Amino acid sequence: MPLILDHVCQIYNADTETPVKALDDVNLVIPEGQFIGVIGHTGSGKSTLIQHMNGLILPTSGSVYFNGRDITDKDFDKKELRKHVGLVFQYPEHQLFETDVFEDVCFGPKNMGMSKKETELAAFEALRKVSFPEDLYYASVFELSGGQKRRAAIAGVLAMKPDFLILDEPTAGLDPVGRCEILDMVSELHRSAGITIILVSHSMEDVAMYVERVIVMDKGRVAYDDVPREVFSHSEELEQMGLAIPEPAKITRELLKRGFDVDPGVLTSSEAADSIYKALTKNR
Amino acid sequence: MSMDIVKTDNLVFEYIRRDDEGNPVDVTTALDHVNIDVKQGEFVGILGHNGSGKSTFAKHLNAILYPTDGTVIVNGMNTTDDDKLWDVRSSAGMVFQNPDNQIIGQVVEEDVGFGPENLGVPTKEIWSRVEESLRAVGMLEYRLKSPSRLSGGQKQRVSIAGVLAMHPKCIILDEPTAMLDPSGRKEVVRAIRGLNDVEKMTVILITHYMDEVVHADRIFVMDKGKVVMQGTPKEIFSDVPALKALRLDVPGPTRIAWELKQKGIPLPDGILTCEELVREIEKCR
Repeated sequence: MPLILDHVCQIYNADTETPVKALDDVNLVIPEGQFIGVIGHTGSGKSTLIQHMNGLILPTSGSVYFNGRDITDKDFDKKELRKHVGLVFQYPEHQLFETDVFEDVCFGPKNMGMSKKETELAAFEALRKVSFPEDLYYASVFELSGGQKRRAAIAGVLAMKPDFLILDEPTAGLDPVGRCEILDMVSELHRSAGITIILVSHSMEDVAMYVERVIVMDKGRVAYDDVPREVFSHSEELEQMGLAIPEPAKITRELLKRGFDVDPGVLTSSEAADSIYKALTKNR
Repeated sequence: MSMDIVKTDNLVFEYIRRDDEGNPVDVTTALDHVNIDVKQGEFVGILGHNGSGKSTFAKHLNAILYPTDGTVIVNGMNTTDDDKLWDVRSSAGMVFQNPDNQIIGQVVEEDVGFGPENLGVPTKEIWSRVEESLRAVGMLEYRLKSPSRLSGGQKQRVSIAGVLAMHPKCIILDEPTAMLDPSGRKEVVRAIRGLNDVEKMTVILITHYMDEVVHADRIFVMDKGKVVMQGTPKEIFSDVPALKALRLDVPGPTRIAWELKQKGIPLPDGILTCEELVREIEKCR
Protein backbone atom coordinates (compact mmCIF):
# COMPACT_ATOMS: atom_id res chain seq x y z
CA MET A 1 0.00 0.00 0.00
CA PRO A 2 1.86 2.99 -1.28
CA LEU A 3 1.61 6.52 0.05
CA ILE A 4 0.57 8.91 -2.69
CA LEU A 5 0.67 12.70 -2.71
CA ASP A 6 -1.50 14.04 -5.51
CA HIS A 7 -1.21 17.73 -6.46
CA VAL A 8 -0.62 18.68 -2.85
CA CYS A 9 -0.49 22.40 -2.07
CA GLN A 10 -0.04 23.95 1.33
CA ILE A 11 -0.50 27.66 1.73
CA TYR A 12 0.17 29.28 5.10
CA ASN A 13 -1.44 32.62 5.92
CA ALA A 14 -3.72 32.21 2.89
CA ASP A 15 -6.13 34.91 4.03
CA THR A 16 -3.47 37.55 4.64
CA GLU A 17 -1.54 39.83 2.35
CA THR A 18 1.55 37.66 2.59
CA PRO A 19 0.51 34.08 1.83
CA VAL A 20 3.35 31.54 1.89
CA LYS A 21 3.27 28.61 -0.51
CA ALA A 22 5.00 25.98 1.59
CA LEU A 23 4.13 23.18 -0.83
CA ASP A 24 3.38 23.86 -4.44
CA ASP A 25 1.80 21.10 -6.52
CA VAL A 26 3.71 18.17 -5.07
CA ASN A 27 3.17 14.77 -6.69
CA LEU A 28 4.91 11.76 -5.19
CA VAL A 29 4.40 8.03 -5.01
CA ILE A 30 6.15 6.32 -2.11
CA PRO A 31 5.93 2.56 -2.63
CA GLU A 32 6.60 0.19 0.22
CA GLY A 33 10.14 -0.96 0.76
CA GLN A 34 12.10 2.01 -0.56
CA PHE A 35 14.87 3.91 1.22
CA ILE A 36 14.37 7.53 0.26
CA GLY A 37 16.31 10.68 1.07
CA VAL A 38 14.58 14.05 1.13
CA ILE A 39 16.95 16.99 0.89
CA GLY A 40 16.43 20.72 0.66
CA HIS A 41 17.56 24.03 2.05
CA THR A 42 15.96 25.27 5.27
CA GLY A 43 12.54 26.56 4.28
CA SER A 44 12.36 24.42 1.15
CA GLY A 45 9.28 22.60 2.40
CA LYS A 46 10.90 19.36 3.61
CA SER A 47 9.36 19.40 7.05
CA THR A 48 5.97 20.50 5.78
CA LEU A 49 6.12 17.68 3.26
CA ILE A 50 6.71 14.92 5.77
CA GLN A 51 4.01 16.21 8.08
CA HIS A 52 1.55 15.66 5.24
CA MET A 53 2.62 12.03 5.06
CA ASN A 54 1.08 11.10 8.38
CA GLY A 55 -1.75 13.57 8.42
CA LEU A 56 -0.34 16.07 10.93
CA ILE A 57 -1.03 18.75 8.35
CA LEU A 58 -3.77 18.42 5.75
CA PRO A 59 -3.22 19.93 2.31
CA THR A 60 -4.82 23.25 1.39
CA SER A 61 -5.63 21.60 -1.92
CA GLY A 62 -4.84 18.22 -3.46
CA SER A 63 -4.99 14.84 -1.76
CA VAL A 64 -2.89 12.35 0.16
CA TYR A 65 -3.82 8.70 -0.39
CA PHE A 66 -2.88 5.88 1.92
CA ASN A 67 -3.96 2.33 1.30
CA GLY A 68 -6.24 3.56 -1.47
CA ARG A 69 -8.09 6.01 0.77
CA ASP A 70 -7.99 9.78 0.83
CA ILE A 71 -6.71 10.84 4.23
CA THR A 72 -8.49 14.17 3.93
CA ASP A 73 -11.90 12.43 4.00
CA LYS A 74 -13.84 13.37 7.11
CA ASP A 75 -14.39 9.76 8.14
CA PHE A 76 -10.78 8.71 7.57
CA ASP A 77 -9.21 7.36 10.75
CA LYS A 78 -5.97 9.33 11.15
CA LYS A 79 -4.98 7.30 14.17
CA GLU A 80 -4.91 4.25 11.91
CA LEU A 81 -2.68 6.13 9.46
CA ARG A 82 -0.23 7.07 12.21
CA LYS A 83 0.09 3.42 13.20
CA HIS A 84 1.44 2.75 9.74
CA VAL A 85 3.42 5.92 9.19
CA GLY A 86 5.79 6.73 12.06
CA LEU A 87 7.37 10.14 12.27
CA VAL A 88 10.54 10.84 14.25
CA PHE A 89 11.00 14.58 14.68
CA GLN A 90 14.25 16.50 14.85
CA TYR A 91 15.94 16.17 18.23
CA PRO A 92 13.42 13.48 19.25
CA GLU A 93 15.22 13.03 22.56
CA HIS A 94 13.60 16.28 23.73
CA GLN A 95 10.35 14.36 23.75
CA LEU A 96 11.46 11.60 26.09
CA PHE A 97 9.50 12.13 29.27
CA GLU A 98 8.89 8.87 31.13
CA THR A 99 10.85 7.80 34.20
CA ASP A 100 12.93 5.21 32.37
CA VAL A 101 13.76 4.19 28.83
CA PHE A 102 11.51 1.14 28.73
CA GLU A 103 8.46 3.06 30.01
CA ASP A 104 9.07 5.71 27.40
CA VAL A 105 9.23 3.22 24.55
CA CYS A 106 6.01 1.60 25.83
CA PHE A 107 4.10 4.86 25.68
CA GLY A 108 3.25 4.72 21.96
CA PRO A 109 1.98 1.15 21.71
CA LYS A 110 0.12 1.50 25.02
CA ASN A 111 -1.61 4.58 23.71
CA MET A 112 -2.59 2.70 20.57
CA GLY A 113 -4.50 0.26 22.73
CA MET A 114 -2.15 -2.72 22.68
CA SER A 115 -2.43 -5.03 25.69
CA LYS A 116 0.22 -4.81 28.39
CA LYS A 117 1.93 -7.92 27.10
CA GLU A 118 1.86 -6.83 23.45
CA THR A 119 3.16 -3.43 24.46
CA GLU A 120 6.09 -4.84 26.35
CA LEU A 121 6.99 -7.27 23.58
CA ALA A 122 6.82 -4.45 21.04
CA ALA A 123 9.05 -2.27 23.24
CA PHE A 124 11.66 -5.00 23.67
CA GLU A 125 11.66 -5.69 19.95
CA ALA A 126 12.04 -1.99 19.12
CA LEU A 127 14.90 -1.49 21.58
CA ARG A 128 16.65 -4.53 20.12
CA LYS A 129 16.16 -3.23 16.58
CA VAL A 130 17.89 0.04 17.42
CA SER A 131 20.71 -1.89 19.16
CA PHE A 132 20.01 -0.15 22.45
CA PRO A 133 22.38 -1.40 25.20
CA GLU A 134 20.47 -3.97 27.28
CA ASP A 135 21.87 -2.83 30.62
CA LEU A 136 20.30 0.58 30.09
CA TYR A 137 16.70 -0.51 29.37
CA TYR A 138 15.62 0.65 32.81
CA ALA A 139 17.99 3.58 33.11
CA SER A 140 16.69 7.12 33.52
CA VAL A 141 16.71 8.98 30.22
CA PHE A 142 18.92 11.60 31.90
CA GLU A 143 21.75 9.08 32.21
CA LEU A 144 22.02 8.44 28.48
CA SER A 145 24.44 9.86 25.94
CA GLY A 146 23.14 11.90 23.00
CA GLY A 147 23.27 8.94 20.64
CA GLN A 148 21.57 6.62 23.14
CA LYS A 149 18.76 9.11 23.76
CA ARG A 150 18.17 9.35 20.06
CA ARG A 151 18.02 5.56 19.71
CA ALA A 152 15.55 5.39 22.57
CA ALA A 153 13.37 8.01 20.89
CA ILE A 154 13.46 6.17 17.57
CA ALA A 155 12.58 2.93 19.38
CA GLY A 156 9.52 4.70 20.80
CA VAL A 157 8.19 5.18 17.28
CA LEU A 158 9.30 1.74 16.07
CA ALA A 159 7.40 0.11 18.91
CA MET A 160 4.20 1.15 17.15
CA LYS A 161 5.35 -1.12 14.29
CA PRO A 162 5.05 1.34 11.43
CA ASP A 163 5.44 0.27 7.79
CA PHE A 164 6.79 3.71 6.90
CA LEU A 165 9.35 5.40 9.09
CA ILE A 166 10.06 9.08 8.50
CA LEU A 167 13.12 10.54 10.22
CA ASP A 168 13.71 14.31 10.28
CA GLU A 169 17.45 14.99 10.51
CA PRO A 170 18.18 11.96 12.68
CA THR A 171 21.91 12.72 12.86
CA ALA A 172 21.76 16.42 13.80
CA GLY A 173 24.17 17.28 16.60
CA LEU A 174 25.84 13.85 16.76
CA ASP A 175 29.58 13.29 16.36
CA PRO A 176 30.87 11.62 13.17
CA VAL A 177 30.79 8.07 14.53
CA GLY A 178 27.39 8.68 16.14
CA ARG A 179 26.10 9.82 12.76
CA CYS A 180 27.36 6.66 11.05
CA GLU A 181 25.93 4.45 13.79
CA ILE A 182 22.45 5.94 13.50
CA LEU A 183 22.46 5.75 9.70
CA ASP A 184 23.75 2.16 9.73
CA MET A 185 21.00 1.30 12.18
CA VAL A 186 18.34 2.91 9.98
CA SER A 187 19.76 1.15 6.95
CA GLU A 188 19.57 -2.15 8.81
CA LEU A 189 15.91 -1.50 9.69
CA HIS A 190 15.24 -1.06 6.01
CA ARG A 191 17.21 -4.13 5.00
CA SER A 192 16.12 -6.66 7.57
CA ALA A 193 12.70 -5.43 8.67
CA GLY A 194 11.69 -4.17 5.23
CA ILE A 195 10.49 -0.85 6.63
CA THR A 196 10.11 1.97 4.12
CA ILE A 197 12.47 4.73 5.22
CA ILE A 198 12.13 8.40 4.42
CA LEU A 199 15.24 10.19 5.63
CA VAL A 200 15.17 13.98 5.75
CA SER A 201 18.65 15.41 5.80
CA HIS A 202 20.74 18.31 4.71
CA SER A 203 23.86 16.23 4.69
CA MET A 204 24.42 15.28 1.08
CA GLU A 205 27.11 12.79 2.06
CA ASP A 206 24.69 10.90 4.31
CA VAL A 207 22.01 10.76 1.70
CA ALA A 208 24.38 9.79 -1.10
CA MET A 209 25.80 6.87 0.82
CA TYR A 210 22.62 5.23 1.98
CA VAL A 211 19.50 5.89 -0.05
CA GLU A 212 18.25 4.51 -3.35
CA ARG A 213 16.12 7.52 -4.26
CA VAL A 214 16.59 11.23 -3.61
CA ILE A 215 13.80 13.79 -3.56
CA VAL A 216 15.10 17.37 -3.70
CA MET A 217 12.73 20.04 -2.44
CA ASP A 218 13.13 23.65 -3.49
CA LYS A 219 10.70 26.49 -2.76
CA GLY A 220 7.94 24.02 -1.95
CA ARG A 221 8.29 22.07 -5.18
CA VAL A 222 9.88 18.75 -6.03
CA ALA A 223 12.97 19.84 -7.98
CA TYR A 224 14.43 16.36 -8.53
CA ASP A 225 13.24 12.85 -7.81
CA ASP A 226 15.70 10.22 -8.98
CA VAL A 227 18.59 7.92 -8.03
CA PRO A 228 21.38 9.74 -6.14
CA ARG A 229 23.90 9.63 -8.96
CA GLU A 230 21.43 11.23 -11.37
CA VAL A 231 20.36 13.92 -8.88
CA PHE A 232 23.90 14.87 -7.90
CA SER A 233 24.87 15.27 -11.55
CA HIS A 234 22.96 18.59 -11.43
CA SER A 235 25.67 20.20 -9.33
CA GLU A 236 25.16 23.78 -10.49
CA GLU A 237 21.40 23.71 -10.04
CA LEU A 238 21.80 22.17 -6.59
CA GLU A 239 24.24 24.85 -5.59
CA GLN A 240 21.76 27.50 -6.65
CA MET A 241 19.25 25.89 -4.31
CA GLY A 242 21.72 26.31 -1.46
CA LEU A 243 22.67 22.64 -1.54
CA ALA A 244 26.13 21.26 -2.08
CA ILE A 245 26.97 18.10 -3.96
CA PRO A 246 28.95 15.53 -1.96
CA GLU A 247 32.55 16.62 -1.56
CA PRO A 248 34.06 13.55 -3.31
CA ALA A 249 32.13 14.42 -6.47
CA LYS A 250 33.28 18.03 -6.20
CA ILE A 251 36.86 16.85 -6.32
CA THR A 252 36.47 14.41 -9.23
CA ARG A 253 34.60 17.06 -11.19
CA GLU A 254 37.48 19.48 -10.72
CA LEU A 255 39.94 16.79 -11.83
CA LEU A 256 37.79 15.96 -14.85
CA LYS A 257 38.01 19.62 -15.90
CA ARG A 258 41.79 19.32 -15.73
CA GLY A 259 41.82 16.38 -18.08
CA PHE A 260 41.82 13.43 -15.69
CA ASP A 261 39.73 10.46 -16.76
CA VAL A 262 37.70 10.23 -13.54
CA ASP A 263 34.06 9.57 -12.72
CA PRO A 264 32.23 12.83 -11.88
CA GLY A 265 29.38 10.89 -10.31
CA VAL A 266 31.18 9.36 -7.34
CA LEU A 267 29.24 9.44 -4.09
CA THR A 268 31.73 8.43 -1.40
CA SER A 269 35.39 9.03 -0.53
CA SER A 270 36.23 5.43 -1.38
CA GLU A 271 34.61 5.68 -4.79
CA ALA A 272 36.50 8.91 -5.43
CA ALA A 273 39.81 7.37 -4.34
CA ASP A 274 39.18 4.33 -6.57
CA SER A 275 38.34 6.47 -9.56
CA ILE A 276 41.35 8.78 -9.09
CA TYR A 277 43.62 5.79 -8.55
CA LYS A 278 42.47 4.22 -11.82
CA ALA A 279 42.98 7.46 -13.70
CA LEU A 280 46.48 7.91 -12.28
CA THR A 281 47.67 4.35 -12.93
CA LYS A 282 45.97 3.74 -16.26
CA ASN A 283 48.87 4.65 -18.48
CA ARG A 284 51.66 3.25 -16.40
CA MET B 1 55.81 37.19 23.42
CA SER B 2 52.07 37.49 23.24
CA MET B 3 50.11 36.81 26.34
CA ASP B 4 47.83 33.91 27.20
CA ILE B 5 44.16 34.85 27.15
CA VAL B 6 43.21 31.46 28.48
CA LYS B 7 45.41 29.13 30.45
CA THR B 8 44.32 26.06 32.32
CA ASP B 9 46.68 24.30 34.67
CA ASN B 10 45.85 20.65 35.42
CA LEU B 11 42.14 21.41 35.31
CA VAL B 12 40.07 18.63 36.86
CA PHE B 13 36.30 18.56 37.06
CA GLU B 14 34.28 15.81 38.72
CA TYR B 15 30.55 15.30 38.68
CA ILE B 16 29.33 13.68 41.86
CA ARG B 17 26.15 11.66 41.62
CA ARG B 18 24.16 11.36 44.80
CA ASP B 19 21.37 9.04 45.90
CA ASP B 20 18.03 10.24 47.30
CA GLU B 21 19.56 10.89 50.74
CA GLY B 22 22.31 12.99 49.22
CA ASN B 23 25.09 10.47 49.77
CA PRO B 24 27.61 10.38 46.96
CA VAL B 25 27.30 7.17 44.92
CA ASP B 26 29.48 7.76 41.93
CA VAL B 27 32.12 10.18 40.69
CA THR B 28 32.57 10.94 36.99
CA THR B 29 35.75 12.70 35.98
CA ALA B 30 34.62 14.96 33.15
CA LEU B 31 37.92 16.82 32.87
CA ASP B 32 41.12 15.06 33.75
CA HIS B 33 44.19 17.28 34.12
CA VAL B 34 43.54 19.47 31.12
CA ASN B 35 46.26 21.92 30.10
CA ILE B 36 45.17 24.22 27.32
CA ASP B 37 46.59 27.64 26.61
CA VAL B 38 45.31 30.11 24.07
CA LYS B 39 47.30 33.15 23.00
CA GLN B 40 45.91 36.52 22.05
CA GLY B 41 44.71 36.55 18.45
CA GLU B 42 44.82 32.76 18.05
CA PHE B 43 42.19 30.59 16.40
CA VAL B 44 42.00 27.39 18.39
CA GLY B 45 39.81 24.43 17.48
CA ILE B 46 38.68 21.88 20.04
CA LEU B 47 37.50 18.54 18.69
CA GLY B 48 36.08 15.54 20.47
CA HIS B 49 33.12 13.21 20.23
CA ASN B 50 29.89 13.66 22.19
CA GLY B 51 30.70 13.31 25.86
CA SER B 52 34.45 13.88 25.51
CA GLY B 53 34.42 16.88 27.83
CA LYS B 54 34.55 19.72 25.27
CA SER B 55 31.50 21.56 26.56
CA THR B 56 32.42 21.04 30.19
CA PHE B 57 35.74 22.63 29.36
CA ALA B 58 34.06 25.58 27.66
CA LYS B 59 31.86 26.19 30.69
CA HIS B 60 34.97 26.62 32.82
CA LEU B 61 36.21 29.47 30.70
CA ASN B 62 33.54 31.87 31.82
CA ALA B 63 32.93 30.56 35.28
CA ILE B 64 29.70 28.68 34.65
CA LEU B 65 31.54 25.75 36.22
CA TYR B 66 34.46 25.88 38.65
CA PRO B 67 37.37 23.42 38.76
CA THR B 68 37.35 20.58 41.27
CA ASP B 69 41.12 20.85 41.11
CA GLY B 70 43.65 22.89 39.14
CA THR B 71 43.15 26.44 37.90
CA VAL B 72 41.62 28.32 35.01
CA ILE B 73 43.11 31.72 34.26
CA VAL B 74 41.20 33.96 31.86
CA ASN B 75 42.79 37.25 30.86
CA GLY B 76 45.01 37.07 33.92
CA MET B 77 42.15 36.37 36.36
CA ASN B 78 41.46 33.18 38.27
CA THR B 79 37.86 32.15 37.51
CA THR B 80 37.27 31.15 41.14
CA ASP B 81 37.94 34.72 42.26
CA ASP B 82 34.39 35.87 43.12
CA ASP B 83 35.31 39.55 42.92
CA LYS B 84 36.34 39.06 39.30
CA LEU B 85 33.30 37.02 38.19
CA TRP B 86 31.86 39.71 35.91
CA ASP B 87 35.26 40.65 34.56
CA VAL B 88 35.87 37.01 33.68
CA ARG B 89 32.50 36.73 31.99
CA SER B 90 32.96 39.89 29.99
CA SER B 91 36.44 38.72 28.93
CA ALA B 92 35.30 35.33 27.67
CA GLY B 93 32.12 35.55 25.61
CA MET B 94 30.19 32.35 24.92
CA VAL B 95 28.06 31.36 21.95
CA PHE B 96 26.02 28.17 22.29
CA GLN B 97 24.54 25.57 19.97
CA ASN B 98 20.93 26.62 19.78
CA PRO B 99 20.37 30.14 18.45
CA ASP B 100 16.78 30.14 19.69
CA ASN B 101 17.94 29.84 23.29
CA GLN B 102 20.17 32.89 23.25
CA ILE B 103 18.20 35.54 21.41
CA ILE B 104 15.86 37.55 23.60
CA GLY B 105 15.30 40.89 21.86
CA GLN B 106 12.29 41.69 19.70
CA VAL B 107 14.52 43.55 17.27
CA VAL B 108 18.01 42.50 16.19
CA GLU B 109 19.77 45.68 17.37
CA GLU B 110 18.01 45.54 20.71
CA ASP B 111 19.19 41.97 21.22
CA VAL B 112 22.78 42.87 20.43
CA GLY B 113 22.60 45.89 22.75
CA PHE B 114 21.36 43.83 25.69
CA GLY B 115 24.81 42.63 26.76
CA PRO B 116 26.60 46.00 26.88
CA GLU B 117 23.53 47.61 28.45
CA ASN B 118 23.72 45.05 31.25
CA LEU B 119 27.39 45.87 31.71
CA GLY B 120 26.42 49.50 32.29
CA VAL B 121 27.89 50.85 29.08
CA PRO B 122 26.63 54.43 28.33
CA THR B 123 23.77 54.54 25.81
CA LYS B 124 25.69 56.34 23.10
CA GLU B 125 28.47 53.82 23.22
CA ILE B 126 25.99 50.93 23.20
CA TRP B 127 24.75 52.06 19.81
CA SER B 128 28.20 52.35 18.34
CA ARG B 129 29.07 48.88 19.68
CA VAL B 130 25.87 47.43 18.25
CA GLU B 131 26.71 48.87 14.87
CA GLU B 132 30.32 47.69 14.80
CA SER B 133 29.37 44.20 16.04
CA LEU B 134 26.61 43.70 13.49
CA ARG B 135 28.94 44.94 10.78
CA ALA B 136 31.64 42.48 11.85
CA VAL B 137 29.30 39.50 11.29
CA GLY B 138 27.71 40.95 8.16
CA MET B 139 24.30 41.51 9.74
CA LEU B 140 24.13 45.31 9.83
CA GLU B 141 21.38 45.50 7.23
CA TYR B 142 19.16 43.33 9.45
CA ARG B 143 19.45 45.58 12.50
CA LEU B 144 15.79 46.56 12.51
CA LYS B 145 14.42 43.11 11.70
CA SER B 146 12.74 40.76 14.11
CA PRO B 147 15.02 37.82 15.04
CA SER B 148 12.12 35.42 14.51
CA ARG B 149 12.26 36.24 10.79
CA LEU B 150 15.90 35.23 10.45
CA SER B 151 17.38 31.95 9.27
CA GLY B 152 19.36 29.77 11.68
CA GLY B 153 22.69 31.00 10.32
CA GLN B 154 21.60 34.62 10.61
CA LYS B 155 20.38 34.10 14.17
CA GLN B 156 23.71 32.56 15.12
CA ARG B 157 25.52 35.56 13.62
CA VAL B 158 23.30 37.84 15.72
CA SER B 159 24.24 35.78 18.80
CA ILE B 160 27.89 36.26 17.93
CA ALA B 161 27.36 40.01 17.49
CA GLY B 162 25.69 40.10 20.91
CA VAL B 163 28.82 38.64 22.45
CA LEU B 164 31.13 40.92 20.45
CA ALA B 165 29.26 43.99 21.68
CA MET B 166 30.47 43.19 25.18
CA HIS B 167 34.05 43.64 23.90
CA PRO B 168 35.37 40.31 25.14
CA LYS B 169 39.02 39.33 24.94
CA CYS B 170 38.08 36.04 23.39
CA ILE B 171 35.00 34.34 22.06
CA ILE B 172 34.18 30.70 22.74
CA LEU B 173 31.76 28.97 20.40
CA ASP B 174 30.35 25.65 21.56
CA GLU B 175 29.17 23.77 18.46
CA PRO B 176 27.64 26.92 16.96
CA THR B 177 26.75 25.19 13.69
CA ALA B 178 25.39 21.87 14.96
CA MET B 179 21.79 22.89 14.31
CA LEU B 180 22.35 24.66 10.99
CA ASP B 181 22.01 23.55 7.38
CA PRO B 182 25.05 23.60 5.05
CA SER B 183 24.59 27.18 3.89
CA GLY B 184 23.95 28.39 7.44
CA ARG B 185 27.08 26.58 8.58
CA LYS B 186 29.08 28.16 5.81
CA GLU B 187 27.99 31.71 6.66
CA VAL B 188 28.65 31.28 10.39
CA VAL B 189 32.09 29.75 9.80
CA ARG B 190 32.90 32.58 7.39
CA ALA B 191 31.84 35.13 10.04
CA ILE B 192 33.99 33.42 12.69
CA ARG B 193 37.03 33.34 10.41
CA GLY B 194 36.47 37.00 9.58
CA LEU B 195 36.46 37.90 13.28
CA ASN B 196 39.79 36.23 13.73
CA ASP B 197 41.41 37.44 10.48
CA VAL B 198 40.09 40.98 10.37
CA GLU B 199 39.18 41.90 13.94
CA LYS B 200 42.05 39.85 15.42
CA MET B 201 39.60 38.36 17.91
CA THR B 202 40.83 35.32 19.81
CA VAL B 203 38.55 32.42 18.86
CA ILE B 204 37.99 29.06 20.51
CA LEU B 205 35.77 26.94 18.29
CA ILE B 206 34.40 23.70 19.67
CA THR B 207 32.95 21.47 16.98
CA HIS B 208 32.76 18.03 15.52
CA TYR B 209 32.72 19.22 11.96
CA MET B 210 36.33 18.64 10.95
CA ASP B 211 36.24 21.00 7.98
CA GLU B 212 35.46 23.98 10.24
CA VAL B 213 38.87 23.90 11.89
CA VAL B 214 41.18 23.33 8.91
CA HIS B 215 42.16 27.01 9.07
CA ALA B 216 42.72 27.05 12.84
CA ASP B 217 46.16 27.89 14.20
CA ARG B 218 46.06 24.96 16.59
CA ILE B 219 43.73 22.08 17.38
CA PHE B 220 43.23 20.24 20.65
CA VAL B 221 41.52 16.85 20.52
CA MET B 222 39.72 15.69 23.65
CA ASP B 223 38.70 12.21 24.72
CA LYS B 224 37.39 11.03 28.08
CA GLY B 225 38.12 14.43 29.59
CA LYS B 226 41.76 14.48 28.52
CA VAL B 227 43.61 16.32 25.80
CA VAL B 228 44.85 13.42 23.67
CA MET B 229 46.22 15.23 20.62
CA GLN B 230 47.36 18.77 19.94
CA GLY B 231 48.98 20.44 17.00
CA THR B 232 48.38 22.28 13.75
CA PRO B 233 45.51 21.06 11.53
CA LYS B 234 48.09 19.44 9.22
CA GLU B 235 49.63 17.53 12.10
CA ILE B 236 46.31 16.46 13.58
CA PHE B 237 44.64 15.37 10.36
CA SER B 238 47.70 13.42 9.19
CA ASP B 239 46.83 10.67 11.63
CA VAL B 240 43.61 9.30 10.17
CA PRO B 241 43.54 6.00 12.13
CA ALA B 242 44.10 7.83 15.46
CA LEU B 243 41.17 10.17 14.81
CA LYS B 244 38.94 7.29 13.76
CA ALA B 245 39.78 5.53 17.02
CA LEU B 246 38.65 8.69 18.83
CA ARG B 247 35.24 8.54 17.10
CA LEU B 248 36.25 11.46 14.93
CA ASP B 249 36.72 11.89 11.26
CA VAL B 250 38.97 13.88 8.98
CA PRO B 251 37.92 16.47 6.38
CA GLY B 252 36.64 14.87 3.13
CA PRO B 253 39.67 15.76 0.96
CA THR B 254 42.01 14.44 3.69
CA ARG B 255 40.16 11.13 3.68
CA ILE B 256 40.43 10.74 -0.09
CA ALA B 257 44.13 11.63 0.00
CA TRP B 258 44.68 9.10 2.75
CA GLU B 259 42.92 6.34 0.80
CA LEU B 260 44.99 7.16 -2.28
CA LYS B 261 48.14 7.00 -0.20
CA GLN B 262 47.13 3.57 1.08
CA LYS B 263 46.93 2.49 -2.55
CA GLY B 264 50.48 3.69 -3.12
CA ILE B 265 49.96 7.15 -4.65
CA PRO B 266 52.73 9.37 -3.25
CA LEU B 267 50.72 12.20 -1.71
CA PRO B 268 51.97 14.29 1.23
CA ASP B 269 50.35 13.95 4.67
CA GLY B 270 47.81 16.41 5.98
CA ILE B 271 46.06 17.58 2.82
CA LEU B 272 43.12 19.62 4.11
CA THR B 273 41.22 21.26 1.26
CA CYS B 274 39.85 20.35 -2.17
CA GLU B 275 42.22 22.83 -3.84
CA GLU B 276 45.26 21.28 -2.16
CA LEU B 277 44.20 17.77 -3.11
CA VAL B 278 43.61 18.65 -6.76
CA ARG B 279 47.00 20.42 -6.89
CA GLU B 280 48.84 17.45 -5.38
CA ILE B 281 47.10 14.95 -7.67
CA GLU B 282 48.16 17.02 -10.68
CA LYS B 283 51.77 16.62 -9.53
CA CYS B 284 51.32 12.83 -9.64
CA ARG B 285 50.21 12.78 -13.23
